[in-house]
Amino acid sequence: MRRATSAADVPLAKGIDGARLSLYFARAVRMSVSQNFYELVETTCRDLYIQSLKEIPPDVVEAIRQAAARESKEVGRRIFSHYLKSIELGRTENMMVCQDTGIPIYWVEIGGNLRLDGAQLTEAIVRGTERATKEHHLRSSIVAPLTRQNRQTSTGDKIPIIHYEFRRDSNELDILFMPKGSGSENMSFMKMLVPADGIGGIKRFVLEQVIGAGAKPCPPTIVGVGIGGSSDLCMTLAKKATTRPLGSKNPDAELAALEDELLTAINKTGIGPQGLGGDTTALAVHIESAWTHITCNPVAVNLQCWRAERRRAKISAEGQVAFGF
Amino acid sequence: MAEYRFKTPLSEADMRQLRVGDSVLLDGVVFGVRDANLIRIFDHKIAPPVNWTGAALLHTAPNVQKIGPGKYKPLSVGTTTSMRMDRFTEGLLRDYGVRAILGKGGLSPRSAELMAQYGACYLSVTGGAAAMETLQIEEIEQVYWEDLMPECIWQFRFRGLGPLTVGIDTHGRNLQDEVQQRAQQKTAELLRELGVG
Repeated sequence: MRRATSAADVPLAKGIDGARLSLYFARAVRMSVSQNFYELVETTCRDLYIQSLKEIPPDVVEAIRQAAARESKEVGRRIFSHYLKSIELGRTENMMVCQDTGIPIYWVEIGGNLRLDGAQLTEAIVRGTERATKEHHLRSSIVAPLTRQNRQTSTGDKIPIIHYEFRRDSNELDILFMPKGSGSENMSFMKMLVPADGIGGIKRFVLEQVIGAGAKPCPPTIVGVGIGGSSDLCMTLAKKATTRPLGSKNPDAELAALEDELLTAINKTGIGPQGLGGDTTALAVHIESAWTHITCNPVAVNLQCWRAERRRAKISAEGQVAFGF
Repeated sequence: MAEYRFKTPLSEADMRQLRVGDSVLLDGVVFGVRDANLIRIFDHKIAPPVNWTGAALLHTAPNVQKIGPGKYKPLSVGTTTSMRMDRFTEGLLRDYGVRAILGKGGLSPRSAELMAQYGACYLSVTGGAAAMETLQIEEIEQVYWEDLMPECIWQFRFRGLGPLTVGIDTHGRNLQDEVQQRAQQKTAELLRELGVG
């Protein structure tokens, strides 16, 4: 299959002679992956699952440490000490920090230069999820919605959830995994506000849902907020927002200011760790947005518990794997 | 806030002395329960295969490794959100004599009334801190209703489970609900600060 040269390739080709140019197309652009690549995806997904349950991301650990240090309530301080002890045991005793293996969710970004078979990629991710469950004796938390049948594999119809995205000029497969716990996932809320409700309606909805969720999502949470899109995209944005590292801000200044404003308000509610009262109810508010219909003003809230588990792996076309968060 | 240590089974007198915010350690048998097994007991009317007089029930479904017939090693045992099981409080206290419900996130004002009436407490486990909780287990002694895996009834033996925080006492206090009520009362003020009328 020939690859057409697009406008974006032209600057790259400047000053390169014909032979080198063809090498560029052969090596850098059309990175057809070998059959081993899918096996690597499978074992990587297995490893992402178990590692995500045992090692809390460094930005989250730091945020919990800081929240613990400034907590003024006795019960709150007790709860934070349990959080920090469990984080430590995860590392030193090689233990799962929480028992909830969650709903397995993958955010997969496919480098635009990779040539791979999407169906085989999906199958590899599913197999990796099943292998993590079998090989590490994970609790399978996935059941059929009506019969409640559990295959004991952490998989089922349309589970794991896999979101595919694409990045131009990349030779990598970037997999971000989150085992989304149910305590926080059950605290998901969405409303089709109307344009007349404005930004005020969005602020009210977010604050009321966080207060309504109270102790249930295992606070302090990351409050993921989706604004705009259609109903389904809005909730996906809210979920995606929870995967952003702590300390990150929405690149849009107005949305970043809204993140700060909402966080300040939420941390004045006094809900605190485990909802037993304290100074930190949320570690962050993260907003992701999309444009929407002229009649729509959708808002979604998806909460993430205090551990905010996530793990990332980047797999190069040549089969190099780099793990991160 | 006082600190207590009890051995299960628990007595009404044990529970009546506790106040919200107190810290409790438990030794002895604690039963793991949750959605599926409680639905079987109360909706399908199948009595639990074990005596729960004075029992402490923990809202959980663990990660375990099978090491023999009916024998399991704990890998990660933590606590799940209690409110999903709130409607079972009355039956557990009235029909089966349960003395303590252990979970995370709290129970409703109605459950708090029932606990005051029957002399039982809600002991809040730190959610998400399963690693700490798992190391406090001495043994999984029995597993009932394995067909519901992982939502079986688990008979754990703990040494020093906790520290648990008394969330609901027998004196009408319900800490998580009070915290949430106070937050709700602040909503209008916080919305004003956000510039929302």
